[in-house]
Amino acid sequence: MFNRYFVDNVSKQIVLVCAAVSLLVLFLIVIFIFKEGFPAFAKIGLLKFLFGTEWSLKEEKFSILPLIIGSTLAMLGTVVIATPLSIACAVFLSEVAPHRISSLLRQAIEVLVGIPSVVYGLVGMTLLVPLIRQLGGSGYSLLAGIVVLTIMVLPTMVTITEDSLRAVPVSYKEAALALGATQWQAIWMVLLPAARSGITAAFILGMARAIGETMAVYMVIGNAFAIPGSILDPSRTLTSHIVGQIQESASGSLHLSALFAVGIVLIIFILVFNSIAFLIRRKTL
Amino acid sequence: MNISPKTAQKIAWLLTWLSGLIVFLILAILIGFIFYHGLSVISWSFISNSIPEGGILPAIVCTIYIVLLTLVLSAPLGLGTAIYLSLYAPKGRFSEFVRYGIETLAGVPSIIFGLFGMALFVIVLLGTQCLLAGALTMACLVLPTMILASEEAIRSVPASHIEASLALGATKWQTITKVILPAALPGIITAVILCVGRVIEETACLYATLGLSMLTPGSLFHGGRTLALHLYLLVTEMPGDRGLLIKQAMATSVILVIIVILINLLTRLLSGYFLARMKGNN
Repeated sequence: MFNRYFVDNVSKQIVLVCAAVSLLVLFLIVIFIFKEGFPAFAKIGLLKFLFGTEWSLKEEKFSILPLIIGSTLAMLGTVVIATPLSIACAVFLSEVAPHRISSLLRQAIEVLVGIPSVVYGLVGMTLLVPLIRQLGGSGYSLLAGIVVLTIMVLPTMVTITEDSLRAVPVSYKEAALALGATQWQAIWMVLLPAARSGITAAFILGMARAIGETMAVYMVIGNAFAIPGSILDPSRTLTSHIVGQIQESASGSLHLSALFAVGIVLIIFILVFNSIAFLIRRKTL
Repeated sequence: MNISPKTAQKIAWLLTWLSGLIVFLILAILIGFIFYHGLSVISWSFISNSIPEGGILPAIVCTIYIVLLTLVLSAPLGLGTAIYLSLYAPKGRFSEFVRYGIETLAGVPSIIFGLFGMALFVIVLLGTQCLLAGALTMACLVLPTMILASEEAIRSVPASHIEASLALGATKWQTITKVILPAALPGIITAVILCVGRVIEETACLYATLGLSMLTPGSLFHGGRTLALHLYLLVTEMPGDRGLLIKQAMATSVILVIIVILINLLTRLLSGYFLARMKGNN
């Protein structure tokens, strides 16, 4: 048998090595992505890359304004629909619904979270797109993307909002009720304002999820590399652009580097959202 | 117009009930639609046939391979890192920065990991899209989640348990293996199940790294396709009768949804079991 102090010491070193390896790997991933993407920024020029509207493999012209606009519209459309719905649903879960219904609904939400995004994409293609075709256009459209994204971010947003509602001390609500407020007045004037930082966090994480989602959007949004004129036009997002091009990229080409540059733009979006969510959480702790 | 508080409450209640109903309906329509179209295709031969024959056996096998490989690569590393970060690392700005970095990486879209895996594992290191490249990429993708979720489980162990063990003269490692890890086990198992779920549902990352072969991968250096990836390829890239392909995709969805529901049940059962054990009704 080894001496237990010896074991203690060795184990500590092993755990330290684990941590060092993981952190190194994660750090290298970030470095690698930026290193690969940098040549595109350098050769094309940052402004031209961000604000140009051409992407051509043959002429080696790469710029991504339509993608940024596509992603932004899809994301904003999604949160505009999902935020009120998720707040109402969270209030329903924590304040209104009878216990049995709320636990059933929570299980439904858990299943929705776990369903793979390709399944959402498939149902979007076969059920939603033909419906939208009735409104005009091919059906593969920004609107289809927004509806699918809304369904996909809804469970996350409901869960975070509900948690923040539950975190409000019961005494707040009791005080409002004791002053003669109705249940709804207590929720609307006391509970929701007290939970606003959690609700904001849900909003921001919803945006982050919407902009990062790939396959489902790729399958329904139509993938036209153009700035959409209406919500029924096909569009393309940053993520779906990478998926669409990834099999054609050759090693060391400007094309691959430009794809990494698209990835960097995405990471910056996520970084901004996460930092805001992080700050909100720290302020409230 | 002035609405009395009571009427306002009635309207508000109606709206919240409506929103709950919408969420139920979404799930009901989604599952109903998939089962309606897919159930007729599911049979023993659908599960046991090769892909050109219209079956999904190679995809099932490949999914299992990828899940196991990813776990082998990421779970010990993630758990070790979580133990270090929550129990050994000095508290301060550095560890706060590290946590922030890991949280950000956990939120990075999977397609970026796919791009990374494609450029590093496929092009530079292995030279081909294969099982190993897919599993390495997936391990990088789930590592942040694995670390964060296990760390959370470890942190939820009450400090008094740890102090009691240390006060009895146990070394830190004895405390970890005999007190902290058993108490954190349900959380750690949940973390692992979470990662399994992510691997099963992941498509974008594997589309870039796993190769799209229809065969069961014979070694680490052969390509393959997971169930989710197969579903995607059925509706977008496979040649053949479109109606039939969609039906097969629906049937594959049914299998995937059943797996998801089973995973949810498993998590629920496990947490129920551990909760009962912690209360002492063993």
